[in-house]
Amino acid sequence: MTAPKPSTPEYFRSEIRRESGDLHSPAHAAHGEAGHGHEPYTPVFTAGSARRKELDDILSRYPTKMAALLPALWIVQHERGWVSEDGMAEVAELLELTPAYVKGVVTFYTMYHQHPVGRHFIQVCTTSPCNVCGAEDVVDAFLKHTNCQELGLTSPDGKYTVIEVECLGACGFATPIMINEDFVESVTPEKVPEILSELE
Amino acid sequence: MGYPHKPHERETTVLSKYFGDREAATLDGWKKRGGYKALQTALGMAPGDIVNIVKDSGLRGRGGAGFPTGVKWSFMKPGDGKPHYLCCNADESEPGTFKDREIMRWTPHALIEGCAIGSYAIGAETCYIYIRGEFTEPIARVESALKECYAAGVLGKNAMGTGKTVNIYVHRGAGAYICGEETALMNSIEGRRGNPRIKPPFPAVSGVFAEPTTINNVETLAAVPHILNNGAAWYKQWMRPDNPKSTGTKLYSVCGNIQKPGNYEVPMGFPFKDFLYDLCGGPLPGRKFRAIIPGGISVPIQTVDEAEASLMDYEGFVAQGTMLGSGGVIVIDDAQNLVKQIARAARFFAHESCAQCTQCREGTAWTTKILERIVAGEGTSEDLDTLLEIGENMTGKTICVLSDSCATPVASGIKKFRGDFEALIKKKKHYLVPAVA
Repeated sequence: MTAPKPSTPEYFRSEIRRESGDLHSPAHAAHGEAGHGHEPYTPVFTAGSARRKELDDILSRYPTKMAALLPALWIVQHERGWVSEDGMAEVAELLELTPAYVKGVVTFYTMYHQHPVGRHFIQVCTTSPCNVCGAEDVVDAFLKHTNCQELGLTSPDGKYTVIEVECLGACGFATPIMINEDFVESVTPEKVPEILSELE
Repeated sequence: MGYPHKPHERETTVLSKYFGDREAATLDGWKKRGGYKALQTALGMAPGDIVNIVKDSGLRGRGGAGFPTGVKWSFMKPGDGKPHYLCCNADESEPGTFKDREIMRWTPHALIEGCAIGSYAIGAETCYIYIRGEFTEPIARVESALKECYAAGVLGKNAMGTGKTVNIYVHRGAGAYICGEETALMNSIEGRRGNPRIKPPFPAVSGVFAEPTTINNVETLAAVPHILNNGAAWYKQWMRPDNPKSTGTKLYSVCGNIQKPGNYEVPMGFPFKDFLYDLCGGPLPGRKFRAIIPGGISVPIQTVDEAEASLMDYEGFVAQGTMLGSGGVIVIDDAQNLVKQIARAARFFAHESCAQCTQCREGTAWTTKILERIVAGEGTSEDLDTLLEIGENMTGKTICVLSDSCATPVASGIKKFRGDFEALIKKKKHYLVPAVA
């Protein structure tokens, strides 16, 4: 599986889109969730679910609903691995925002994935402090050993996506990398095969 | 204790005393080490008295700007009928800096206690700790520490049994350097894009949710309990006799081409030369230091001579042409292509520009383009003047200082290491600077 390109911008909720057939152009269906045989989107925050309770708890911390936007998007990404247009629309409805507004926020923050990524999302820090310690060689080693063709692409087996990231805030442990939610410090090109062998 | 190294005998460990001590991260462990005494005392005091002690201690913001903390707190008007907020800036994303990360990993309760005292002192019942999204372990540590605190009644509606309300929540960022800027951070908490806001109004008048807000760095707040426990005079023991403006201890993160990278805590006014060669072990075998950036990548680059003459406090670094900033010491040795690293720094800022101000959006991008052209061996003799001119247009003209921060290392780099740039332009050497995802 190669990573699909970010889907065409669209701000309609899935129900609306399904009702108006003309939006289901083949070009459109080739990307993202719509590509999987128009399976209906399963909401993350169904009434009574643990995720909904978590969101309600988050809402109680802030004087506005909008403030729960970043945490809500994190929950969606945690559940689905990425934040789809439908996910944005669901969050928008719950927080009384427009999908366009939510998309504006999602696109500002680099950690929300706007398209599916490999099972192991590998971020290698290459900002100056790590760069002087040889971070670029670590990137090359990851690209080579994961069989990812280039930065941002997912390996053919769907296991890995490798990107360069700006400063992970662990400069004294160059080169730090992040694999999904986990940090690995002091990575050198030689350690890369061993690190990868420990991943499923 | 020490992490990742044992503390050097010349270090003064106040904040970093328990780095590497896993037990200190638990509530019981923290109480055994004298934790939450300061909070108990504080909640029995008048808020104004706490502000005065902090003012008297001379504690200044450790996030970069160095504004006196007590003075900042005194801007919050008590009894104005509005909800007040405290925001803790844990968006540590300045390249070179990783001190707040260690404070949160090893001593989350030190931060929580500082936040609670700060909240009470400024009349806030709610404090948000804004932690950058990449800091998964610090987030987990602080959240589990908060859970313990709520369960034990340290926080909540009846904090420490005093009837006062102190609520502290973690707000996770999602990958944006600019959210370390105070007004961008507030926008981000509100669920907006992290664009900095025009000041005035200043946060103390209209901050998060348009209410009076104070924002402090992790290291600043973590120092507050120590000051309350031991008094302002105790904190002021660490300063140069001829410079009472910088007091206390400071954590420095050291990284780059140096023997022993890591976090070091030294008193204000410590000689930078001793710090680099004695504490941090000096350059790598067979190498020499070439350039030092002492306060995170946004501050002017120092030559080795300037660095060796510096005294480590706010004024000491200014006297040697740079700034203390956030205390992220980046060391570059003679094996590096300095121009390539300056180009990489510019690329960082171009990537992180929020793009709302033209000078920054265009300036960071063009600066990167020209620098990378020079690194690729295709620079022209006019390029350096063009860079300086762009830099001038990027300085002091935008809503926040990200634009200035991009211009600073470039301008100081050209000024102090012009030969490196000219050699590249002359020789047309080819170096590769890869793109950023």
